[in-house]
Amino acid sequence: MSEFFTVASLVFVVGSGIRLATPFLLAGLGETIGQRSGVLNLGVDGVMLLGAFGAYWTILETRSPVAGILVGIAVGLVMGLVYGVITVSLRAEQGISGIGIFLFGLGISDLLFQKKVGTPIPIRGFGDLHVPLLADIPKVGEMFFQHSVLVYIAFLLVPVVAFLLNHTTFGLNVRAVGENPAAADSLGVSVVRVRYTTILLANGLAGLAGAVLAAELGIFQQNLTNGQGFIAIALVYFGAWRPIGVMGGALLFGVVSATVLQWKTLGLVSGAASSLTAMAPAVLTILALVVISRTVGQPAALTRPFDRG
Amino acid sequence: MQGKKNWKSLGLVALLAALGLLAGACGSDGEVASGGDDGFRIAIVAPSASNDLAFSQSIVDGVGALTGVSAVDVTDGTFIVDDAAAAIRAYAGEGYDLVIAHGSQYGGSLQEIAADFPDVAFAWGTSADTFGLPNVSAYTAASDQGGYVMGAMAASMTNTGIIGVIGPIAVGDAKLYVDGFVTGATQSVIGITVNVNYIESFSDVALAAEAAQGHVANGADILTGTAQMVVGATGVAAEHGAKWFGTQSNQTALGADIVVASQVYKWEVVLQGLVDGIKQGDLGGESHTITLENGGLAIEFNDGVDAGHARKIGEKAIKEISAGLLGTGT
Repeated sequence: MSEFFTVASLVFVVGSGIRLATPFLLAGLGETIGQRSGVLNLGVDGVMLLGAFGAYWTILETRSPVAGILVGIAVGLVMGLVYGVITVSLRAEQGISGIGIFLFGLGISDLLFQKKVGTPIPIRGFGDLHVPLLADIPKVGEMFFQHSVLVYIAFLLVPVVAFLLNHTTFGLNVRAVGENPAAADSLGVSVVRVRYTTILLANGLAGLAGAVLAAELGIFQQNLTNGQGFIAIALVYFGAWRPIGVMGGALLFGVVSATVLQWKTLGLVSGAASSLTAMAPAVLTILALVVISRTVGQPAALTRPFDRG
Repeated sequence: MQGKKNWKSLGLVALLAALGLLAGACGSDGEVASGGDDGFRIAIVAPSASNDLAFSQSIVDGVGALTGVSAVDVTDGTFIVDDAAAAIRAYAGEGYDLVIAHGSQYGGSLQEIAADFPDVAFAWGTSADTFGLPNVSAYTAASDQGGYVMGAMAASMTNTGIIGVIGPIAVGDAKLYVDGFVTGATQSVIGITVNVNYIESFSDVALAAEAAQGHVANGADILTGTAQMVVGATGVAAEHGAKWFGTQSNQTALGADIVVASQVYKWEVVLQGLVDGIKQGDLGGESHTITLENGGLAIEFNDGVDAGHARKIGEKAIKEISAGLLGTGT
């Protein structure tokens, strides 16, 4: 175990954990916004897949990572509109609707990939951006300031989303709609407009999460996200519907995953122990969820459609 | 009125889900193989995409190379065993001449289904177990052989003396390949370090990429890996200028500047015999292995990467393994 506790090893684990956390964080922030307004979207993974393919194909055709990211966001917005129609206008049950979106995204992204691309072809993303001066700090620079610009954007969104939800009129309306939509409606807040807005924001971020994944990996493949969207939903509960909490959960998941990877690379775990340690990130997340669920309540109107009557 | 809206919304959701499933199914086109039009139909059920440049692609390419086959249908992406079992049963019920269950995780289901359809020929890989059933053939790859060759080559090419391996789960041909690779590297050059990381997933591309990052951070300048998630690792190799050795399919397309060689599975070497036997009334009952000797395993070099004397080492190892003069230690 002493091989793990070296500066180089720990620096790698932190940097790797930050990279692994980024897609979870983006999708989790979006889902937080949605859930605070009372809308649960179990289709996050499907939207991420569509955003990932949209970004991948765009970068492949245009060689522009920026265009790819924008297309990923746009795809997310379109799916958000679809989800808004289903759950807000038609008032369909949110859980089932979300699963439908997930299956749709899983199938369509694979179909489009098979028809438009075929065999996986590598693409070039943004590359690492070394933050001037900060990147040169020994060890600290390597851990925090030598990542892709998309990683920085993801973490900078945390205070932005927190400010949006907690210090703006829009955020107040979102929270009011998520707790008691009838009361919010009686005070003149358009529940429909607020929910549509939050759903668009949520799915736009999910599309961005998928786009970031494809751009950073430099490839697309069937089921590229491998269920990351569902982990992001769990992280919203873990974070008690607060952006800073979601960031903490994403980092915990990412760093634990990176730690397990490093243990295996160094040969510190093998055989059955390897399989057991692979479960560690998920097990820790579940344990944290159990603890948090005892102390923090979800938005009171979560999953409840609003009918003005 | 509320009831009507609920039915409408439920219908919309059902339609979306159905569209998604249909899209997924449409992603797996039926393909018509070359060869004669004698009505011999083959169905393949595979766990990942048929163009994954790895496990599933190898069987699709192999079947595509067969002669005397009039139609091939593929159901890919069936990583859920129950879905695969349903597809296998459906193909058997539709009268396909040969149903290939390409995934060791399908064994339990196949044993049950094959017994229900004694007049249909089944093939299961990668495995050596036919369950004692006369209509089940098993096929596997001696992937340790190619692994040994690549390991020997990698050991002669590394400048840092450290090589990284990204594996899925330590089972089947994946484990064989990795074990052969490690043996080949460590027996060829004294003092070589081969770090192996099984990420416990066949499909987690992001985790495979991070595993590759870990190897590079720990000093590896040569990487290899097996299963469909390696597309994440090859990107990392390309980013850091590390060389890559591939397996299952030719992976040069993933990095023309970094892929040195690939061990390619030529399943047609054993499948053609199955097809010919089935036409004669022999539905199977035996297990088959592709090897360097029988041509089922081929090491395809990428001429775009100068392997130097490592290529000669590789070619020598191929000859010796094929002749039975060199063992892989597995």
